[in-house]
Amino acid sequence: MDALMNFGQGIFGGIWPAVWTLLKIVLIVAPLMLSIAYLTWAERKVIGYMQVRIGPNRVGPWGLIQPIADGLKLLMKEIVVPSGANKAIFIIAPMLAIAPALAAWAVVPFNDTLVLANIDASLLYIMAITSMGVYGIILSGWASNSKYAFLGAMRAAAQMVSYEISMGFALICVLMVSNSLNLVDIVHAQEQGRFASWGVSFLSWNWLPLLPMFLVYLISGVAETNRAPFDVCEGESEIVAGFHVEYSGMAFAVFFLAEYGNMILVSTLTSIMFLGGWLSPVGFLPDGILWLFAKVAAILFLFLWFRATFPRYRYDQLMRLGWKVFVPVCLIWLVVVGVWMMSPLNIWN
Amino acid sequence: MDFQTLVFFFLSAILIVASLRVITARNPVHAALHLILAFFTCGGIWALLQAEFLAIAIILVYVGAVMVLFLFVVMMLDINMDRIRQGFWNYLPLGAILGLLMVLEMGLVLGSKYFQVPAADAIVPAGISNTKSIGALMFSEYVYPFELASIVLLVGMIAAIVLTYRGPKKTKYTNPNQQVFVKAKDRVRVLQMPVEKD
Repeated sequence: MDALMNFGQGIFGGIWPAVWTLLKIVLIVAPLMLSIAYLTWAERKVIGYMQVRIGPNRVGPWGLIQPIADGLKLLMKEIVVPSGANKAIFIIAPMLAIAPALAAWAVVPFNDTLVLANIDASLLYIMAITSMGVYGIILSGWASNSKYAFLGAMRAAAQMVSYEISMGFALICVLMVSNSLNLVDIVHAQEQGRFASWGVSFLSWNWLPLLPMFLVYLISGVAETNRAPFDVCEGESEIVAGFHVEYSGMAFAVFFLAEYGNMILVSTLTSIMFLGGWLSPVGFLPDGILWLFAKVAAILFLFLWFRATFPRYRYDQLMRLGWKVFVPVCLIWLVVVGVWMMSPLNIWN
Repeated sequence: MDFQTLVFFFLSAILIVASLRVITARNPVHAALHLILAFFTCGGIWALLQAEFLAIAIILVYVGAVMVLFLFVVMMLDINMDRIRQGFWNYLPLGAILGLLMVLEMGLVLGSKYFQVPAADAIVPAGISNTKSIGALMFSEYVYPFELASIVLLVGMIAAIVLTYRGPKKTKYTNPNQQVFVKAKDRVRVLQMPVEKD
């Protein structure tokens, strides 16, 4: 590592830190893009098998080159801008959708040291950046100058703002018990506890004492990424394809990248905050980044499973779930955790 | 000029252009978008001043929540620009006086050193979390003002609901509460019937 640093310093001189940071960004974004591509493949395969089909199987062995072929096809297609559209915003909207999905990765830790920016308030940063993802959707709907797209955008705005509240409350409980806003510290706070000392550390991760919050966060995460069964803003049986109905070619693909990137982000955050991140579930196995990947993959599988099994929520039922079920549950559990921490039964010290 | 100054001027330039476009843009949605850009850049400048909690809070609250709802409303409005521009010259004197007052106030605050008002020197010691210190102060020294502000906000929220409440609904509507608790046996009855032979 030191040799690499000296080598870089020798070639680039003073601007080496900037070059090194750019390199690290590439090292995060390139595998992320590849994961997104193969997540679409996995989705089609998993849902295919759940519906007793075989899914993509023509391009490459087991259809493994299918996502590349899809990407190439979308890249070649023309981007059609509707004549009544607000052209500048129509073009900017997909960028606004994907930028927060990528920017949030700046503070996501993959293990103790493998993090681009280990800042103090990384949890707050993630909440702030992910809350901006809704603009891409609203603006694409408005700029398309189409009724279906606009309806989709309105639904998305209301839905994402509502579920952000319960998501925020769930995170507040996590930061209360870990006494930190730093994601690395949040993972380390899950390392200690009675169960961890007995060697069954997966029982001292946050998911067990904060079980209601874990479920609220997971379900809000599905709603926040506009995935089935909460995909009312796309709702192809009601509003064609919702906010991206007028998009074609790469502009459409960028919305897709943003959606799947957000899925991976939410899964990673759930693993870090509730499932102990890179910590090993049992005492006799070493911690490592592979545990994090395994947990993320398991949660992503849940996302696909949801999509294959649940029918879409109706719009009013979705709003009821967000405001009348999740927000009260969160408020109550917030008080429960507060009292628990002040009582002699406190397990987080 | 060091790197920080460069970033400051870069952000300030964006902030000034964005703020100007808020009041000059003809399309209200464009104006709202420039306001969002202004808030975001403002967050950047605060982060530069090492006030990371405020920087993230303005993005979380204003960009992430308030402006989404604001944009929501602006998109729904059917704004006729000609009618809005009609009274421009009538309102200009009043607007100019208000603008001058604001400039005067800002000048007094920013130039307080010149007017011999002692300004607080903020020096952040290393290793102290901005967020933690704000939280500790808010819930110890400033707990009553904080609670008071919360109550004012709560009253504002209830007032908004009361002002827009139009009485009980006269139309027929479905109650999702009852719907989600429905069981299959409430709706469908499976009967055992002997096979009919003729």
